[in-house]
Amino acid sequence: MIPFLIGIPAVFALIFPFVRDQKARGIIVYTGAGVIMLTTVVFIVRWITDGARVLMLYPETELVDHLMSVGDVVLMCLIIYMGVKYRRIVPILLSAAQTVLLLYTEFTTELAERQPHMMVDWFTVLMFIIIAFIGGFICIYTVGYMKGYHSHHEEVQDRQPFFFSMLFLFLAAMFGLVLSQNMIWMYFFWEITSVISFLMIGYTRSEEAVNNSFCALWMNLLGGLGFAVAIAWMAKVNGTVQLLDIVSVGAMLPLICLALAGLTKSAQLPFSTWLLGAMVAPTPSSALLHSATMVKAGVYLLLRISPAFQGNLVGILVSSIGGFTFIMASMMAIAQNDGKKVLAFSTISNLGLIVGCAGIGAEETVWAAVFLMIFHSVSKSMLFQSVGATENTLGSRDIEDMHGLIIRVPKLAYIMGIGIAGMYLAPFGMLISKWVALRAFVDSGNFILVLCIAYGSASTMFYWTKWLAKLLCYHIPREKVKDVTRKDEYVSMIFHAATMLLLCLLLPLVAIWVVNPIVQELFGNAKDVISMSVLTTMAIMLVSIFIVPVVMFFISRRSHRELVPIYMNGINEGDNRFFTNSFGGQEHLYLSNWYLRFEFGRRHLRIPSIIIAAAALVLGFCIVIGGAVV
Amino acid sequence: MRPVIFVLAYLIFAPFVGALLDGIDRIISARMQRRKGPSILQPFYDLGKLFSKEMIAVNNVQLLLNLSYLVILMIAGSMLFAGADLLMVLFILSTADMFLIMAASSDSSPYANMGASREMLQMMAYEPLTLLVAVGFYLTTDSFQVSDFITREYSAVIWMPGLLFGFMFTTAIKFRKSPFDLSTSHHAHQEMVKGITTEMSGTTLAIMNIAEYYEMILLLGIFFLFFVNSTWWSWIVAFVICAVIFFMETLWDNVSARVKWKMLLYSCWVVTLVAGGVNILILMLIK
Amino acid sequence: MNKVSKSPWLLHYDASSCNGCDIEVLDCLTPKYDIERFGIINTGDPFQADILLITGGVNSQTESVVKQLYSQMPEPKVVVAVGICACTGGIFKECYNIKGGIDTVIPVDVYVPGCAARPESIIDGVVKALKVLDEKQAAMKKDGR
Repeated sequence: MIPFLIGIPAVFALIFPFVRDQKARGIIVYTGAGVIMLTTVVFIVRWITDGARVLMLYPETELVDHLMSVGDVVLMCLIIYMGVKYRRIVPILLSAAQTVLLLYTEFTTELAERQPHMMVDWFTVLMFIIIAFIGGFICIYTVGYMKGYHSHHEEVQDRQPFFFSMLFLFLAAMFGLVLSQNMIWMYFFWEITSVISFLMIGYTRSEEAVNNSFCALWMNLLGGLGFAVAIAWMAKVNGTVQLLDIVSVGAMLPLICLALAGLTKSAQLPFSTWLLGAMVAPTPSSALLHSATMVKAGVYLLLRISPAFQGNLVGILVSSIGGFTFIMASMMAIAQNDGKKVLAFSTISNLGLIVGCAGIGAEETVWAAVFLMIFHSVSKSMLFQSVGATENTLGSRDIEDMHGLIIRVPKLAYIMGIGIAGMYLAPFGMLISKWVALRAFVDSGNFILVLCIAYGSASTMFYWTKWLAKLLCYHIPREKVKDVTRKDEYVSMIFHAATMLLLCLLLPLVAIWVVNPIVQELFGNAKDVISMSVLTTMAIMLVSIFIVPVVMFFISRRSHRELVPIYMNGINEGDNRFFTNSFGGQEHLYLSNWYLRFEFGRRHLRIPSIIIAAAALVLGFCIVIGGAVV
Repeated sequence: MRPVIFVLAYLIFAPFVGALLDGIDRIISARMQRRKGPSILQPFYDLGKLFSKEMIAVNNVQLLLNLSYLVILMIAGSMLFAGADLLMVLFILSTADMFLIMAASSDSSPYANMGASREMLQMMAYEPLTLLVAVGFYLTTDSFQVSDFITREYSAVIWMPGLLFGFMFTTAIKFRKSPFDLSTSHHAHQEMVKGITTEMSGTTLAIMNIAEYYEMILLLGIFFLFFVNSTWWSWIVAFVICAVIFFMETLWDNVSARVKWKMLLYSCWVVTLVAGGVNILILMLIK
Repeated sequence: MNKVSKSPWLLHYDASSCNGCDIEVLDCLTPKYDIERFGIINTGDPFQADILLITGGVNSQTESVVKQLYSQMPEPKVVVAVGICACTGGIFKECYNIKGGIDTVIPVDVYVPGCAARPESIIDGVVKALKVLDEKQAAMKKDGR
């Protein structure tokens, strides 16, 4: 079954370069996404009916090992080629260093024989679901989106076959990544995702896109280098490259190197610049790579090894950087008016919270982290898609231009609204995870993280609320807009919205059936993190929050009322859109959100936060390397 | 049985007690300014009048959102008085506030929108401390359940005086008292008309006022938790101290002028960090 | 209990006054006169006001404003014209841009003369307006609204 999971998307990726016809391509994408989802469902059902046991697979893989080595070299050549073409030296050096290090290790070290290369457990299965369904639906969304994208970005060369190819190849790589148990295999898939992300960011080939794509590339390669060092060290010293052994051996140096890899991949400070730059890419790639799945690979790795973090220096380092990123990114999000930038900052900030949880490495925190991951994937991918669709419709993704979206494009506004509510409002999932995380932070005695979560959730609330308020403003539009969002885009977005609501309603079940087994497998024991009574209260709460406005809607509709113009000192002209200015002329009313640019702007917070985080990281490395050498 | 009685008592009496406190507050304020002031029942008259007025509105959703604000606040308060999870109560409280903000910004009114923006800023200012208060209770009592707070041998305030101070400081925001009454205030004539309530009239405004009374009692309930313990007389002490705290908020209202938003945000965050954070740190170290 | 006269809230608008009457209106809020003892609040928001208190005569610029503010107030509502200018146009009556007293634009219920009107007479006028307000409320109830 497993070769199919990786193979099917890879095969589809190979088809696209040969399909030039729009329509045929659309059909192939739908089929591809459908087949991937179907395969995943079949696989999971079979796995569960077989007793949902942890599977250790493929001890003998001589041939594939060699193929992967070739693959590593090919990737290195690609990076070197691109580096030479655009005259960037750093990625070449990093890529060459890590590939050489890895190949040298592979060919000179005797590793224990017959170790499994892949593993299937609940965590893998969860990632499968995220990749197959969220990824699949994003692919479906992309078909419609790219048509709209190219119809109003005429300066961009149409490279859709390439884009779809990359999209499907990425899905294959993600499947491989979450399956891998052998670190060399994982590293291979890891590098593929880095390179695909690089290629996708550079899709438009504009100068900005090229610069940002190289920024993303070198940062991810730095993480890759960390990964390679960890592999080399484990192979040389402990003679194993199993991910599980990282936890059982618990040596500090490989741990911090893998942490570096995880931090770069999930765009934590000081490496968060690349994710912001990645927003120049077309929206589907932002939705898929830069919020729903690829950046989750970083936290996936950290969560896999999080039991090893408990109570040591690396754990403290990782959790502090996570907490710090959570608060700083959420503050910087306040000053943004570009919808995608806000989403990017919010992604960084939420990943920070997950990384913070992983760094503590206790059952509760991992529980919260897994929960955060599920909810974040769904609602963030939904938000990205709706912002993308709005951009195609309005010609702008500025939050200021979304004033009164509920009147102009109601469907998109509802979807966006659900996504935003899912990100921070009670009793949606994110908030429950925050609740658990806060308790776990207190239990683990981590004072800094408690403060981070207290302040960070306050600033998170600020930027989401003002966005939500902007959407819901009643305002007669200046000009009518035509909703150019296509059906397949809506299919995907509605799927996400429905999933979001279902996840909230079925929260206790998700907790028992999915999250608890994951924690149990990672830690070997299970304890109920949230008692059943709390979960039931939550469910009741949830229902009431949905029901109250609806009931109120019917109550308030019965009352008769007279509509009057809004209060503008009595100088409204005609409807609510104009007022009389001091010259007696008509002036258009324009309401702007509040961005606190001078206090929370990037230019004030970015450099200091990068310096602080980088200093912490360097300090951690110094201590660990010192400890390892002495 | 006891939680049911408490919840029912809260749901039925909170608006009355809240309105009465408001009346007392207005008289005390008037006396501080050497005025006679209105009747103690003035808030009831106001509410009665508001309900009797003609229904006018700027749009069709404001009433619905205000009603949701009221009901969700009632849910939050009921949870507190039923002895449920304090952190959940606080989260729901902020969700309720979200409905108020949506109600204010549901039309493109410049004043209401400014008020709504300021309300968001105020939320950002007080939110960290309320979370820390919940954490403080958790550290002292090993539980987030309100029902566990009130059965302890000693009052929580012994362990968390800093948090009490911080909470008193930031509650001025929630009571809409000067110097932190940025989004709207009970006093007339402000630079942005009535702020967040500018577009609300008649029944809609009355609902908002009732919701504020519920919120007031909810907050006093949290103050109550600081002092109460398993002994019966602690309840009386807690009542008295809550009254004193309420008086102090009124006093502060009258001796200070409205501050700018930066002052509000920074002072609240600094107080949170110094009073709340240090308190939590000490609790974490000794517990 | 829900008599509107027990909690009349004011909206004060200066149509074109010389500010003399405005100062006197604000005087009423001071501890010496303390109109809050009647439950009166100076709201500044037509949506929440019961009494529209206007000073100064109406000119061509403020005419539409007065009309709009009046339309934004929910029933029952009364209008009090404070000062001679608001009552009749006063010494500005014949000016090229003055329409005249407030009653040329919206119906006025109570006229408070004076230049400037004294706080005592303003309070007296407002208290008279309260009776009108109650009558209007009763009439509204009778209409079944």
